[in-house]
Amino acid sequence: MSAPVEAPAAPADDLSAFVERDEDGTASLNLLVNDVHCAQCIATIEKAMRAEPGVVDARVNLTARRLRLSWRDGAADPGALVGSLDRLGYPAVPYSPAALSGAGRRDEAALLRAVAVAGFAAGNVMLLSVAVWAGGSSGMAESTRALMHWISALIALPTIAYAGLPFFRSAAGALAARRVNMDLPISVAVCVTAAISLAELLAERPDVYFDAALMLLFFLLVGRYLDLRTRGAMRSTAENLAALAAQPATVLRPDGTREFVPAHAVRPGARVLVAAGERIPVDGDILSGRTVIDRSLLTGEAVPEAAMPGDRVHAGTVNAGDPVTLAATAAGDGTLLNEIVRLAEAAEQGRSAYVRLADRAARLYAPVVHALALLAFAGWWGFGGLPLRDALLIGVAVLIITCPCALGLAVPAVQVVACNRLLRNGVLVKAGDALERLAAVDTVLLDKTGTLTFGRPEIVGRDALREEDLSLAASLAGASRHPLCRSVLRTAGPAPVREDVREEAAMGLAAGSGANEVRLGNRAWCGVSGSDGSSPDGPELWLRRPGRAPVRFRFADRLRPDAAALVQWLKRQGFGVELFSGDRAPAVRSTAESLGIDAWKAEARPADKLARLDALQQAGRHVLMVGDGLNDTPSLAGADASISPAAGADLAQTAADIVFQGDRLESVALAIRTARRARRLVFENFALAAAYNVLAVPLAVAGHVTPLIAAAAMSASSVAVTVNALRLGRAGRSPFA
Amino acid sequence: MNMLLILIPAALLLGLVGLAAFLWALKSGQFDDLDGASERILIDEEESNRDD
Repeated sequence: MSAPVEAPAAPADDLSAFVERDEDGTASLNLLVNDVHCAQCIATIEKAMRAEPGVVDARVNLTARRLRLSWRDGAADPGALVGSLDRLGYPAVPYSPAALSGAGRRDEAALLRAVAVAGFAAGNVMLLSVAVWAGGSSGMAESTRALMHWISALIALPTIAYAGLPFFRSAAGALAARRVNMDLPISVAVCVTAAISLAELLAERPDVYFDAALMLLFFLLVGRYLDLRTRGAMRSTAENLAALAAQPATVLRPDGTREFVPAHAVRPGARVLVAAGERIPVDGDILSGRTVIDRSLLTGEAVPEAAMPGDRVHAGTVNAGDPVTLAATAAGDGTLLNEIVRLAEAAEQGRSAYVRLADRAARLYAPVVHALALLAFAGWWGFGGLPLRDALLIGVAVLIITCPCALGLAVPAVQVVACNRLLRNGVLVKAGDALERLAAVDTVLLDKTGTLTFGRPEIVGRDALREEDLSLAASLAGASRHPLCRSVLRTAGPAPVREDVREEAAMGLAAGSGANEVRLGNRAWCGVSGSDGSSPDGPELWLRRPGRAPVRFRFADRLRPDAAALVQWLKRQGFGVELFSGDRAPAVRSTAESLGIDAWKAEARPADKLARLDALQQAGRHVLMVGDGLNDTPSLAGADASISPAAGADLAQTAADIVFQGDRLESVALAIRTARRARRLVFENFALAAAYNVLAVPLAVAGHVTPLIAAAAMSASSVAVTVNALRLGRAGRSPFA
Repeated sequence: MNMLLILIPAALLLGLVGLAAFLWALKSGQFDDLDGASERILIDEEESNRDD
């Protein structure tokens, strides 16, 4: 247990591919650091790195969980820097910024620039337009009005060409794929408006709509940016997978020397050394050494299991005991870890078929609007006997009035308010359409360990234990980091630790010698035979001391305090509730019974959970998966919506749509309630936008809409939709009410 | 109305200055780490002399 943890620093050769060199002699390296959470982490990392000789700068990006290191080339060894980060407790993985998620961030920055430009242009053109409108009633000279319009055109046309690009591109893409999306009516309206306004201007006539076109563009870009922000919060599965897969393996050569090898390059049959506390890099059989394996990443099980020579261990689990040597059976793509990741990726593809509400609205909306504008134009020109120019203007007025400005804001505005409200309550929504999908859920699939429970063992029946037994056990347990020993310590409170404690891997602890020896460990260690009537029904520890019968400590994973309240609330709301756990049957049954869940399954493997999920979805159910372990990851990725606690495995959090902090499950209820309220508000917003159209379209078709009315109506509807969305921000009642 | 020939360019210029300032801030990375910026004010920098 006390074996020094070797820093698994990759050899310098491995890192050189990631090091960038500037002309001025500095080299820099970008690292993914997953464990950065707060100001303390930033300060620790940056201070320590800047103190290293040769390091010029170290800058943590908390949002992206990244670190950028710069040093004078040759003055520092990147491998040593990563090694010392590791010793600080922040394992870091190098990446090249070009390869990772560059596209997403570039999109975001480009959109923000477009928002800024459109905002500037809309503001200034509106300033000029207000002057024109005011001048219309107080006798502005013709030449002054023309000047105002010309300046407007000079500002508006380049702006539309630049800031309208996101919409034009997306509309063209949709057309190429023979689909219709919301960007098509937007692009058509903006382009036609600009073209007609320019024609009017050249003909020295007053009907110029540059202000309306720019306002439209600005509001829509704001909506688009908010939408992208809510989606941009997530880091891709691949990025975090890199952190797990990049663990180098220590391979023992036949001549006894050691060699660092990337995990995926280890050949089956190679002998791999795993130090105490290290994550196991490959699947393999133990050749020598006895240890305990923390499988919590794979199964969610908190209590490490003993592993003997001959046992199979899997990549991604942690060697929580003594150093062992493995014979590799699979590495890289062949490991259980990668199989889970592949399952998750396959399952995720099923979900991407979801069509967002706004796009569904657009499918209906675009053809109707365009037909209407065309009808208005054809009607006035063919049957109404208007000149071509007047009929065209009426058609344009219909296009502008019906342009889905309010619709473009209807969904993102609500989503941003909903996500912010959840964030204030410690619930992070990672996927933009997660709330929409969550609102449609009618069945909830729950994981047990770590989700309904805390995922750490607690002593059962403390009152029945004698105080002296407990403090004696604690005096031994203090020497070990095993979860059961920690649990004893938590229960017993602070106690002096004996100095002569010895640890026998996978067996237990002992102190004293000869006849005075005290032992704490499993039943074999304490000499308890299996036939004494107390069959093991969960994790347990025995305490043996001279002259007394062995004392048994039983442990169980405690339910989160509001687990029962959540299940009751879900049932009251009419959700189907099922419990799926990788844990053993007795433990799952007792949990299910105490919570009142009828449908449960124990010892479910990742593929079993996914199969049940598929069966439910085939039956037309919309499933919410709540889970925390790597074994839940495929289901989290495949479910209609998924929630994971922040204490869960990193990969599970990546796969989940929503991550909640803290111990309370009421966050799940809060997320569901907020999602449903958000959906109601989105529909209200659609209704508002529709009502506005019903009022304004007849006016436009009848030919009574002037540029002033168009601009005012559009702003009014956008503001109405935004204000309606803000209603969600008000604090609600208790989530279980 | 001659006043307009000064006022309109002046208004546009001020707007452009604001726009340029924003685009500069965007380009210099001030919007890259919004979460980090809010946490960094909590870091004590008493032994740091970078700002002196």
